[in-house]
Amino acid sequence: MVHQHFMLVPVFTVAENVVLGFEPTKSFNRLDYKTADAQIHELSEKFGLQVDPRAVVENLPIGLQQRVEILKALSHDAELLILDEPTAVLTPQEIDALMEIMRSLARDGKSILFITHKLKEVRAVADVITIIRQGRVIDSVPPSETENQLAALMVGREVNLTVNKESTELGEPVLEIRDVVVRDDRGLAVVNGVTLDVHAGEIVALAGVQGNGQTELAEAISGLRPIESGTITLRGRDITNHSPRAILDAGLGHVPEDRQRDGLVLSMSVADNLVLNTPRRAPFASRGTRNLKAVSVNATDLVQRFDIRTTGIDATAGSLSGGNQQKVIVARELSRPLTCLLASQPTRGLDVGSIEYVHRQIVNERNQGMGVFIISSELDEVVALGDRIAVMHAGKITGIVDPSTSREDIGLLMAGSTMGAHD
Amino acid sequence: MTDTLTDTATKPSSARRFWSHYSSTSPITLTILALILGFVIGAIIIMVTSPAVLDSWRHTSHHLGDIGSSLKVSFDSVAAAYRAMITGSILDPTLFVHSISTGHGWDTTLTPISETLTYATPLVIASIGVGIAFQTGIFNIGANGQAIIGGIAGTAVGSMIHCPTIIHLPLTLLAGIAGGAVCGLVPGLLKAYTGAHEVIVTLMFNYVCNAFLLYALTETALQAPNQANDLSRNVDSTAILAPIFGTKSGLRVSYGIFVAAAVVVLAIWFLKRSSLGFDFRITGANPNAARASGINPKFVVIAVFLVSGGLAGLAGGVQMMSTTHYIDGGFLIGNAGIGFTAITIALLGRLQPMGIMWGSLLFAALNVGGRAMQAATGIPLDLATIIQSIVVLFVASPVLIKEIYRLRSGAESFQMATKGWSS
Repeated sequence: MVHQHFMLVPVFTVAENVVLGFEPTKSFNRLDYKTADAQIHELSEKFGLQVDPRAVVENLPIGLQQRVEILKALSHDAELLILDEPTAVLTPQEIDALMEIMRSLARDGKSILFITHKLKEVRAVADVITIIRQGRVIDSVPPSETENQLAALMVGREVNLTVNKESTELGEPVLEIRDVVVRDDRGLAVVNGVTLDVHAGEIVALAGVQGNGQTELAEAISGLRPIESGTITLRGRDITNHSPRAILDAGLGHVPEDRQRDGLVLSMSVADNLVLNTPRRAPFASRGTRNLKAVSVNATDLVQRFDIRTTGIDATAGSLSGGNQQKVIVARELSRPLTCLLASQPTRGLDVGSIEYVHRQIVNERNQGMGVFIISSELDEVVALGDRIAVMHAGKITGIVDPSTSREDIGLLMAGSTMGAHD
Repeated sequence: MTDTLTDTATKPSSARRFWSHYSSTSPITLTILALILGFVIGAIIIMVTSPAVLDSWRHTSHHLGDIGSSLKVSFDSVAAAYRAMITGSILDPTLFVHSISTGHGWDTTLTPISETLTYATPLVIASIGVGIAFQTGIFNIGANGQAIIGGIAGTAVGSMIHCPTIIHLPLTLLAGIAGGAVCGLVPGLLKAYTGAHEVIVTLMFNYVCNAFLLYALTETALQAPNQANDLSRNVDSTAILAPIFGTKSGLRVSYGIFVAAAVVVLAIWFLKRSSLGFDFRITGANPNAARASGINPKFVVIAVFLVSGGLAGLAGGVQMMSTTHYIDGGFLIGNAGIGFTAITIALLGRLQPMGIMWGSLLFAALNVGGRAMQAATGIPLDLATIIQSIVVLFVASPVLIKEIYRLRSGAESFQMATKGWSS
């Protein structure tokens, strides 16, 4: 089993991690590092997975860490390898390498169960594709099926996978980010001098492998994380280091990356969640007293308009599916007057049907002249939505490119190469 | 591999099962079942500790034919104890019938219920204060200290300022609130600005308040004139919560119950309808979402300590104004620590004002009835404490109580697979 979130000890070496739990020992229970290293070498040779046994895991790039996870599984003579969403943290090049490894393992007679929601990847590597929906096996099909057919099986109806966008007039810049530096909880400058503009009527999509500072940048824009230097303005108004309240009131819509952590109160009703960041605004309250009637009128309206599937506006947000939880947040943000919408990983973990829906809403807002800033680690989403694509690596923007740019080139930018000189 | 799978699968599933158990049975049923169980276990304890019962069984061990009479002795002593407890805390039916038929003796008839209400009055107020803090995710363990300071402030204003009732009474109540609020403000500020953990600060503050009480009663003008002991001045008759039925009736139940009732109503309104209460609940349920929604966490921490401390202080003031009309060195110290009992009651009442009200009445009845039982049967008051503890224990562990009563069939033990981060 290779978990989506790695189960490695960051401060241990590769060899120590692989033998963990099955350590070869010498007399008096001393660890036998020599044998351990030899085991790793042997495994690496056998499966063509090159990695230095003495390297400390936390210093390795994510792609190599994943390789260590796979080695760990193979070292136990696993015949069946389960890979749970292994590509979420990889660059396109690393994904290609992983696919190659999977093919070669399959040739050696191993079975691989590859769990993913990315249709391109399954079609590229699988021998049989099994679709499950709501805990049931829907069908098993050969990889020759088209993406649209797979998507239809996943959702249970026909889905339109391409996003239709008309071109719009580019307006004034609404969100201006200038030389912003932000530190993470460990004190590292994970956003290191980012400059970016979002204009009214355009979607700027920020691509990048997870953990390259995108999360911290979003937190900084929404006021949740202090900005060390640089400025952020919203339609000319300085919002640098303002409180989240002030920034929300200035007209920033925020769809947070982790909806259950930052976006919703799961134990509260859908109606309350729909006014979570506007509880004091008329008509939802006046002079410190909430107007529950207005709250429920608002909820009934939004539930209908945004097609939120719920048993009622009094049902708790926690009782909704992930897609409908996301719709609650999108509905809440889009129902108040906005200058700019900031959406982090807006479709993470959603089924194909909900993705289609959320994308359509975002494009609608852009068509109506709102500036939209999308942060996503899904290259497909970035390419489908973005009018311009900014790529972030190690806290810096490595390039701003047109959506027609090849995936290989975007992939290189994601890996840190600044050769994206096309723009 | 399978090991890891089942490991990760059981953990969330047992937590989930616990939660589904916990949330499904109605809290009222649960509390009643817990109460019954408390009395059953109390009965067993009476049987195995009462000297009369033990004597009778010793006798039976020599004459086997007397089992029947020993059983009778056992049940008689339990029945006598519980009869004393109920008649001593609520109403004695024979006295009631007597009063109805003759029209006399109402004072004696109503004394038990009057005592229970008197005892419950400050408990309701303090417990609601604690409950509101808990709902906000703030563990205010310092309600007792805050009540003591409230009592001191109330006594000071009640005894040293002289004015008509219409001003003096509300002023004294406000002094109690202010005293408790100031005492709560300190841990609130410390938590908001330094991150000091409120449990430790408030817990320690209880000792500070105890010490301050002794200081105030021996070293300041609050000490009664010509008095060497730690005894305060008496508050003016314009600053007391007088007995409802007049001082001659002997029934102690005072206008304090209207203060408690007002607190219940206000608390319901506050939590359900006020914007500030909504902020409190969001913060308690999901502090991250609260911050992202623009709620200022520092403000909420300080505000909740003012509200919670203010209510605790009011409880201390009401306790003094409705019973003794002065305070001494033992005020709210030891068994009389209403601020500590308030923590238990807040949990018993599931942090909801109505639940807390019933919980306070239950605790008061058990205490008042326990004293009557001790007087009538010689069974110590500690039995009432044991029953209280058992009730709280079983309310706090609903899974156990449901297993005991088999509210749900064992078929419920299905395993739920792990849920990914997705939905």
